[in-house]
Amino acid sequence: MGLLDLIIPRKTFSHGGIHPAEHKELTAGLPIRRLPFAPELAVLLSQHRGAPAVPIVKVGQEVVRGEPIARAAGFVSVPMHAPATGVVRAIEPCATAEGPKAEAIVIEVYQAAPQQVLYDGVVDVETLTPDEIVMAVQEAGLVGLGGAAFPSHVKMKPPKGKQVEIVVVNGCECEPYLTCDHRVMLEKTDQLLRGVRIAMKATGVSRAMIGVEDNKLDAVAAIQAKLPAAGGITVHAIETKYPQGAEKMLIESLLGRQVPPGGLPADVGVAVFNVGTLAQMGELLPRGRGLIERVVTVSGPGVQRPGNYLVPIGTPLRFVLDHVGAKPTANEVILGGPMMGMSVASVDVPITKAVSGIVVYERDDADQKHRFVFPCIKCARCVEACPMHLNPSMLGELARKRQYETMEQQYSLNDCFECGCCAYVCPSNIPLTQYFRIAKAINREQKVEAAKAEKK
Amino acid sequence: MLTKAPVEIRTSPHLKKAQTVEDIMRNVVYALLPICAYAVWQFGISALALILVSVASCVGTEAFFARLQGKGSTVSDWSVTITGILLALTLPPGFPLWMAAVAGVVAVGLGKMLFGGIGYNVMNPALIGRAFVQAAFPVAITTWTPAFAPGRFTEFIPSTLTLPFMQPPPVADWIAGLQLDAFTGATPLAIQKFDHVEAGTLDLFMGSVPGSAGETSALLILLCGLYLAVRRMLDWRIPLAVFAGALAVAMPLWLANPAIYPSPGFVLFSGGLMLGAVFMATDMVASPVTPLGVIVYGLLIGAVTVVIRLFGGLNEGVMYAILLANALSPLISGWTQPRVFGARRQGRWFARKPEGR
Repeated sequence: MGLLDLIIPRKTFSHGGIHPAEHKELTAGLPIRRLPFAPELAVLLSQHRGAPAVPIVKVGQEVVRGEPIARAAGFVSVPMHAPATGVVRAIEPCATAEGPKAEAIVIEVYQAAPQQVLYDGVVDVETLTPDEIVMAVQEAGLVGLGGAAFPSHVKMKPPKGKQVEIVVVNGCECEPYLTCDHRVMLEKTDQLLRGVRIAMKATGVSRAMIGVEDNKLDAVAAIQAKLPAAGGITVHAIETKYPQGAEKMLIESLLGRQVPPGGLPADVGVAVFNVGTLAQMGELLPRGRGLIERVVTVSGPGVQRPGNYLVPIGTPLRFVLDHVGAKPTANEVILGGPMMGMSVASVDVPITKAVSGIVVYERDDADQKHRFVFPCIKCARCVEACPMHLNPSMLGELARKRQYETMEQQYSLNDCFECGCCAYVCPSNIPLTQYFRIAKAINREQKVEAAKAEKK
Repeated sequence: MLTKAPVEIRTSPHLKKAQTVEDIMRNVVYALLPICAYAVWQFGISALALILVSVASCVGTEAFFARLQGKGSTVSDWSVTITGILLALTLPPGFPLWMAAVAGVVAVGLGKMLFGGIGYNVMNPALIGRAFVQAAFPVAITTWTPAFAPGRFTEFIPSTLTLPFMQPPPVADWIAGLQLDAFTGATPLAIQKFDHVEAGTLDLFMGSVPGSAGETSALLILLCGLYLAVRRMLDWRIPLAVFAGALAVAMPLWLANPAIYPSPGFVLFSGGLMLGAVFMATDMVASPVTPLGVIVYGLLIGAVTVVIRLFGGLNEGVMYAILLANALSPLISGWTQPRVFGARRQGRWFARKPEGR
């Protein structure tokens, strides 16, 4: 870092992107603090991509903090662990942020219990083979903590015929308000680097690149200070631009490689992990523990005490909001960041492994300005903003006419990963991303129906 | 907690940039105001009356049609105000006011509201209006009056106040009465085309020549365009491509025979090319959306303009060039779809073949 940085622009992806107001200053300087245990925790069986976990405890059974309570159902699935010492009160459907109710293991927390993680064992990661590491990662219940919640061990096993040669570590955290990854990089640097080495060993690569947006240069410096001279790990400051943290964008920013449409990072020889995931990996694996809590940024104009909290998995959202003092005028709660997160209909949903942030808004009349939808004036701002080089203007037009198949076949609808840049910039307030989400869902349904019809 | 206010449920993104259509259009109006002011200073109260009548006619037409459609008025989004101002700026300063009103009705009625209002017009409405009056009133629209006439702030140009459905009185006597030196009643373009005498580039640049109300000062138009470009409310690639297209055709001809063909500077700064390139061709609705498409579109406008000027029957071709390119812009957009992230280049360099997955 020096004079050269002022002249040479930082690396970034080739096209599109936006610069929304960051609001990270609300929580960036606040150290991670532990949230107390809620009286009741609901651990959803499906809080990751893939098959839901299968319960291995019975109602009425006492569980110790850290004990496995559900096992993985297949390779693309992860087990669940008890986030607190207590008793299983029920295994029943529970409200979720996505909408439909889903099975959850409800644990009544023993308030007097010391809440120590007793369920662990020392594992010497150095002696493990790559396959054993992959198994251990699955046993730990680790999923992508950046928000996608894809089981981490699956990424360590690239599909047949594909070779991973480099591990990319995602420390971008491009969503406004969120600072949990930032704090993890500052406070858990050792665990993070240990996790990076574990991921490198599991995938059999000798190089890892940590990409961090240049609004977190203190994190870059913290990592740099602890990097061994010859470890094959490097840390890179890249331009602060949303959606830098999307894995396809990050790979292009760091390596100049474009993941082909419909492809995986493995297609260009890369495996991507989030810093939060690897920090947990570095912390849990050597002690043989499971994932029972995560760092969540709670922020937004509707919160009195914003901060970065270590929240037990399964804590009800209502409990978190009470703890941080949500204002009575707050009327929108978003799980995740404001660009890609979802607003919840009920505050009784539990925190899952995928929740990186809770953003609370007080929407007022000023926002009404953005409710009136004009026709598309073809200003092409969305075309400029789309990081996937799509044509959202045309896609929006087709969506309005409900020509969903044309969108998919001729305008690459499925390459859209719903980052929200187009809807953000649209001066006509057209809900483009929302249109595309509906179009994709309808296309999926129709494909399922077509497949059914063929079977008959 | 969380009980008093109505809870909002929407899908992402939950953030919205503050800029709306109205903001963009209002800023375009701001950018046009200095040009209007200069036109008034140059041509006096006739130009002022022309601008006011044109805007009033356009706004009135849109309000009327919006009422007919029962969809609520769209006048407040300022886009129709732009149409009104642009229309006035393309007309000769002494243009009869009743004809300007007709042009406004046609521009907004036929060019915009008939297609469905803002966002749906195929071509630039102001140019539709101008094309109509060019065909309907060929004499009035080619009757030019001198700039900086004495007494321009106290009396109208005689043709301005023509009664509706009447022919305007000839202005030759009035111009002769002004006793200006060497005013021929022709624009620099016509003089160049038919007599091969060029006006000085500097005069054209600063705008001390006869011409349409808002077309004369290239410098002012460029400055106002720059304001919009800096605020990212105007696609600067379009005017640049228009200039490049015009030069690409004019340059070889000028090099071959400078005695007959105009110099590059003259081509850029004369007539309506500057206003057309900066404020008309950049009409968002009627221009392509793809990055390559806007370049193709701009080059086309520039090239066609010069071809019409030099080889057509008219001495000015910006209007028809833009209308033609407007009509083609959906096609241009279609041909120049951006290459999707990570997709391999296939066959034709400018397009990505549709592929089903």
